[in-house]
Amino acid sequence: MMTTDCDAVIVGTGPGGSTVADVLTAAGWSVIMLEKGANHLLALESPYEGLGRITNDEIKFMRRWFLGPDPFLEPRTFRRSDADGERLLTGEVNNLPSTVGGGGFHADGKLPRFRDVDFKAASELGPIDGADVVDWPVDYDEMEPYYAAAERIIGVAGDHTGNPFAAWRSGPYPMPPGPDMYCAIVTSEAAVERGLHPYRAPTGVNSVEYDGRPACNNCGFCAYFGCPIEAKGDPIAPLRNALRTGRCEVRPESYVVRVDLDGTSRTAQGVTYLDVDGMEHVVRARNVVIAAGAFETPRLLLRSEVGNSSGNVGRYLMYHFQTYTLGLFPFRLHAYRGRAVTHLHDDFLAPDAAALAAARDAGLPYFRGGIVEHGGAAHPMMEAVHTPAGAHHSRTMLQSPMRDRMAAFTMQGEDLPQRTNRIDLDPAIRDVWGFPAGRVTYQPHRHEIAASRHWAPLLETVMKDAGATHTFSVTSPPLAGEPGADTPFMASVSRHIMGTTRMGSDPRTTVCDPWQRLHDVENVMVADSSVFPTSAGYGPTLTIVALAVRAARALAGLEPLRSQRPAPDTELGRFSAV
Amino acid sequence: MPIWFEEREHAVVRAAVHRLIPACEDHPGAADAGAADYIDGLLGAFLVDPPRIFAGGPFSGRYGGDPGFERFTPLTRHQELAWRTRIEGSQGRAEREFNGPVVGLQEVYREGLAKLGADFCDVDGDEQDRRLDALPAFKHLLYEHACEGTYGAPEYGGNRDCLAWVAIKFPGDVQPRGYTDEEVSGRV
Repeated sequence: MMTTDCDAVIVGTGPGGSTVADVLTAAGWSVIMLEKGANHLLALESPYEGLGRITNDEIKFMRRWFLGPDPFLEPRTFRRSDADGERLLTGEVNNLPSTVGGGGFHADGKLPRFRDVDFKAASELGPIDGADVVDWPVDYDEMEPYYAAAERIIGVAGDHTGNPFAAWRSGPYPMPPGPDMYCAIVTSEAAVERGLHPYRAPTGVNSVEYDGRPACNNCGFCAYFGCPIEAKGDPIAPLRNALRTGRCEVRPESYVVRVDLDGTSRTAQGVTYLDVDGMEHVVRARNVVIAAGAFETPRLLLRSEVGNSSGNVGRYLMYHFQTYTLGLFPFRLHAYRGRAVTHLHDDFLAPDAAALAAARDAGLPYFRGGIVEHGGAAHPMMEAVHTPAGAHHSRTMLQSPMRDRMAAFTMQGEDLPQRTNRIDLDPAIRDVWGFPAGRVTYQPHRHEIAASRHWAPLLETVMKDAGATHTFSVTSPPLAGEPGADTPFMASVSRHIMGTTRMGSDPRTTVCDPWQRLHDVENVMVADSSVFPTSAGYGPTLTIVALAVRAARALAGLEPLRSQRPAPDTELGRFSAV
Repeated sequence: MPIWFEEREHAVVRAAVHRLIPACEDHPGAADAGAADYIDGLLGAFLVDPPRIFAGGPFSGRYGGDPGFERFTPLTRHQELAWRTRIEGSQGRAEREFNGPVVGLQEVYREGLAKLGADFCDVDGDEQDRRLDALPAFKHLLYEHACEGTYGAPEYGGNRDCLAWVAIKFPGDVQPRGYTDEEVSGRV
């Protein structure tokens, strides 16, 4: 029997990998976590205190890539299709932090659950030409207790009575919502008047002291910054839980080169990685968990030549198709204070008769949009950069149309899975370790575009009702012929990256099995949004964490979690969608 | 005293950022906010230790707490490679050229300022604008740096005494005070 260094080696320390580490160490397993980025989050020795490097500092976080990936060290490339040649862009493409804590670090922590239909798009809504819409190998009823566990691990504040489109819940949120942002109060009131159903967003930000961490103090440097006072649970809560068991070792600046297989090629022996000095090391482990994110996970599998008998590693890449509707107000909204986004509405996830008619006019059987975030705010440096240089610059900044007078709706539109949208290895561009950069080949399906075109005018109407004097809408990626379509903004700016090692029961068409293990290699599991078969119109993080709890418990041989749907005559049951 | 620019270069930078982000009533503009000092600090980041790339934390001290911003964060080996390459250029060194040669910001500035002309400070504003417009890539770089140096944290050398934040009524980095619930939800 081969001697091993640990029960599981986990590649990546974001929400997925940290959750797996939490669950496995609680079950008595030993784990080693390898993270290619540096550690700015917490001391790796007891008592695992914060390092004090997370700050309200626009230069550090918005201009100098403190959390990585630095586009010089870790460039990525982009093209829309093979017809574009090898690449159109090199540099920043869908960057999620490359650091201990991963994508959880920069997120502002809106953590909605999916709904029942999101796991059954093919059987309940049907196919769409040009896309591979499929059901998930798990349904909402099975996922519910894992969602509840994920909400407890991270610490989610929310109001279970607010959202008529929400799926059933076995219990309330762990915390009540935090204070509503003024700009969201203004836009929500207007949305209600137009028949929409805004509600207080479930947010992984403490509204009261929780799990030994303080309540949020509304500093406003939320999305892209990380929390200086640890009021945000993702990623620090599960990571610190794992470290406190004494059975988890985190090795930052450790770049995994490949997954190593044994002679049968059906079993992994561990991984090989490079340390910060470029020295090669091997970790032998009974299990390998890859949680590097939906961009880096397929890249690692492709360069390892592991797990790809289906030919689908890297394929079915999905983002959210983002529609931004911006409104300029004659009064100040001070959206730079608070949690970035405090309200959502889900109406566009359940298309009405008008939306179905618009879909048919576009030659589609249906379309769906996504959650709409009620937000605003840019910090002053970003406002300055987006203000034209010259004589009027300072006067415009005094008026502050973007930072202080702008409200924004962001629709995270569902993006259909297409086999041609993919991550592969760039033929020429290299990272600092000498390996091929990841390359995106992506263009949206007409479904996303039709949904955006249908709902953007309504969002502009709501904005005007709320008091905006000027409104406009833009999308990411931009549509052909519209501003930005032929510029560095042609790549999606979405950080919601999904679907590149999709899971399912058929090894001919999917990469991972329903428990997120590679069909080809029994002891390798993927624990991030790579496994998503479809993108739904919700932020992915809570579902990543819930799936990670489910898969890690199964890996550790623990009983599945179960939960009870509340009876209709109970307080919880009354607020559960049919 | 600039740490990297020569005095006359610093004066040209100061004059140029004044055209991009001018002063007006109630606003100091980039020149008086110290944007040229910010750019000088970036180009000379490696003349001090730790390099002035990433301010420390968790707080600046402006709203209480330990004033940690002024203690800059030591760079990791990779961060040093990236920022030395970005600032100094690749200079033919293999470890900086894994995707080809990189022209550094120091060289870009030295050449750009030379092209603006030794008499840049002495010509009128319209002529200064014409010379900047003739160098669109350099103008854009200067402009982005002027924005950073005007509205970034003062620890990076610009936004002197938080003048720009005071002008636009932005409280800046408010940790550990934050905002009260009333300040978040209320109309003002």
